[in-house]
Amino acid sequence: MTRIVGIDLGTTNSLIAYMDGQTPRVITGRAGRGMVPSVVAMTDNGLIVGDAAKEHLVRNPERTIYSVKRFMGKNLEDVAEELRYFPYSLKEQGGVIRIQVGDKTYSPPQISAMILKELKRRAEEHLGEDITKAVITVPAYFNDSQRQATKDAGLIAGLDVLRILNEPTAASLAYGLQEKTQGTIAVYDLGGGTFDISILKLKDGIFEVLATNGNTHLGGDDFDRTVVDLLLGEIRGQHGLTLEPYPDQMQALRLEAERAKIRLSDEHKTTVVIELPEGHGTFRREITRDQLEALTMGLVDQTLGPCRQALKDAGLQPAQIDEVVLVGGSTRMPLVRRRVQELFGKVPHSELNPDEVVALGAAVQADILSGGTQDMLLLDVTPLSLGIETMGGVVSPLIRRNTTIPASAKEMFTTYVDGQTSVDIHILQGERELARDNRSLARFQLKVPPLPAGVPRIEVMFLIDANGILHVTAKDVRTGQTQSIEVKPSYGLSDDEVERMIGESFAFAAEDLKARQLIEARTEAEAIRKATEKALRLGGHLIDAEETAAIQTALEALDTARAGDDHRGIRARIADVEKTTHHLAEILMDTSLQEALQNKKFSELT
Amino acid sequence: MTTDGMQKAPTKRSELQMARSMCWHCQSEITGEYFCEQCVKVQPLSKEMDYFTCLGLPRLLNIDLAALEAKFYDLSRAFHPDFYQRKTASEQDISLGNSAMLNTAYRTLKDPVLRAEYLLRLEAGSAKDIRTSPPADLFEEILTLQEDLEAFRAASDQAPAAVASLRTKLAADRELLEQRQRDMEARLLELFSRWDALHDRRPQAAPATPHSQQDKEAVLKEMRELLSNRTYLRNIVNDLIATTA
Repeated sequence: MTRIVGIDLGTTNSLIAYMDGQTPRVITGRAGRGMVPSVVAMTDNGLIVGDAAKEHLVRNPERTIYSVKRFMGKNLEDVAEELRYFPYSLKEQGGVIRIQVGDKTYSPPQISAMILKELKRRAEEHLGEDITKAVITVPAYFNDSQRQATKDAGLIAGLDVLRILNEPTAASLAYGLQEKTQGTIAVYDLGGGTFDISILKLKDGIFEVLATNGNTHLGGDDFDRTVVDLLLGEIRGQHGLTLEPYPDQMQALRLEAERAKIRLSDEHKTTVVIELPEGHGTFRREITRDQLEALTMGLVDQTLGPCRQALKDAGLQPAQIDEVVLVGGSTRMPLVRRRVQELFGKVPHSELNPDEVVALGAAVQADILSGGTQDMLLLDVTPLSLGIETMGGVVSPLIRRNTTIPASAKEMFTTYVDGQTSVDIHILQGERELARDNRSLARFQLKVPPLPAGVPRIEVMFLIDANGILHVTAKDVRTGQTQSIEVKPSYGLSDDEVERMIGESFAFAAEDLKARQLIEARTEAEAIRKATEKALRLGGHLIDAEETAAIQTALEALDTARAGDDHRGIRARIADVEKTTHHLAEILMDTSLQEALQNKKFSELT
Repeated sequence: MTTDGMQKAPTKRSELQMARSMCWHCQSEITGEYFCEQCVKVQPLSKEMDYFTCLGLPRLLNIDLAALEAKFYDLSRAFHPDFYQRKTASEQDISLGNSAMLNTAYRTLKDPVLRAEYLLRLEAGSAKDIRTSPPADLFEEILTLQEDLEAFRAASDQAPAAVASLRTKLAADRELLEQRQRDMEARLLELFSRWDALHDRRPQAAPATPHSQQDKEAVLKEMRELLSNRTYLRNIVNDLIATTA
């Protein structure tokens, strides 16, 4: 039986997990971290993904892509307001955003595929087998285009995506497996770029989603921006300096704002330090938790409306929710926890690591699909109403939001004019009355035999599958003939484009393998050099001159190897450095410096 | 719950449930409920099957919701695509179709209003839409309300002073309409019980007399009227809430 893995393809970080017997596990990389930053750097030496790519955010801002999930299934107009925050260049082609890097352009699914391939490689290395099948999670409130884009990303990465799974429901699976909970739970999932609320009923192994709601453009990124805007304003005021034209400065500022936000979840105040360009010196500012909360309160409160709507759709009062589960890194913010607690009137759970729980749940779902776990079943819903445009631009709903999927609806079409040979159909998703206020999913032409008006009868079946993705088929009721429908997605890649990208991706992979190994070895060499230098600064006086000299020699050998292009040679020199510094590391661990090192492994010191 | 209510007692229940009496795969006769006993393949539900039959219920309006849910969960475990991932494409298609139908059936029967509307459509034979129409005895009140709403909209723009008193008036109107909605729901439940009493006769007890047929028609007629009035009132109340919000 082929193994199916579970993947959390996040805005900020991504993870891959698998089922180890009865227990879902996140696969960690060499450094022991499960999270792979969703960052892709296109360097002169090739493609880098993850932690190593993160270093390029400041060094190489125009060529380093992050938060690409915000662009999945979107066009340029959808994201116009936030364009100024991104240092890389965005264009649009055929209704799909393209990211321009040098003279090449990439669609968001292609960038996501690069992240998926990194995860796939990680799993293959860990499990020692080819990985070809996966469950990939998406925000519950993702529409059809966004789901389709995610599926395309999987295809481009060489993965057969067996299920697109909603993140909060994935979390509930992991949580339910652990706690064997029964009753009604609310999953509040606030991540790097998206927000979901799902209300589920857990009973005898059935996880029935009663209602879901959310905002696919609200998350940690937006909190960071409030801090960025504050700092930009103050820097402008105090130094008369506008940072916007400096992409590297903007990126450094963004990262510093993010780190400050994270620190303020544990501390009550923190200081941001920013090196300004062109001899303006250093900008320092203390930020308190209260100030951060004042900045972000409006955004956090934007999550409460969807929570109330989901409760209403589920026909429940807050007091009827037995448990509230928190998912996503942004739920570490004390303000978020307070607001959730106020709304539901109970202390939310966060026993499972909010960063990992979605990937763990994806692994559980993967196990269900592969026939392992048989006693659990997830009954999910479609988050948005599906309808077609009728006379006067009004939407006629076919499948209402929060309908359990798979769901289907039939609609009969006929002609208004004698001899008419086609009927235009426009499919939309959303809750508004007018077509123009909803998301256009697709348009297609129904072929009709030329007959007097009103005589043809074409039955069109709209079916939302268990992935939340729409399929359309049509049948001529008079002849019983079915007709295949060419659905042109309004905001997605065509099948041909996806095919081409899959081809390119394989070609790229072959030529890229060596380059990637070299880059990774070099990155690791750089990291270990920094760590060694820091250790020497901290503990150089604790070892004798001979040992110090040996370490220096090993470092020089490492530098020489690093300048070459043999990744095996670099790895060997890294091992040498680790061997010669072993004693120093032990001393450092044993001394009072332990605290300063915060119990980190020597190799993680940077 | 009765399981032997006035179904048209088919000789073989499976023939009613499934699309065909022969397995699509091995052509052997179907005797089990949803799976062929010979080759264990899942069988497609008949597209003509009504939702009551789908969920194993007699065509009654008072439903034991816990039993309905249990049946829905059972059938979900039988049909859900999650459990057909490793099966053939044909089986996956059947699983998808059966699940979609089951979900629609459950959603329809779970909700009392949808359930009643569905029964009306079933009993009416050809699909007759339930139109929305104002309750005849509330005609005057509704006219006044529409005028008040107009006045409120106009006042919001031009005469803020008049808004407060109009708001009080509209709140009273809303209270009246909502009370009326509650009355309708109570009456609907009474009609449910009357329908069930007329319908739930054992076939051997007494054949349907013209008299009982008339009673049924009367219940259906009143239910149809009630539902169309209810929809009308709900639209007005929603409009009222939206305008005064």
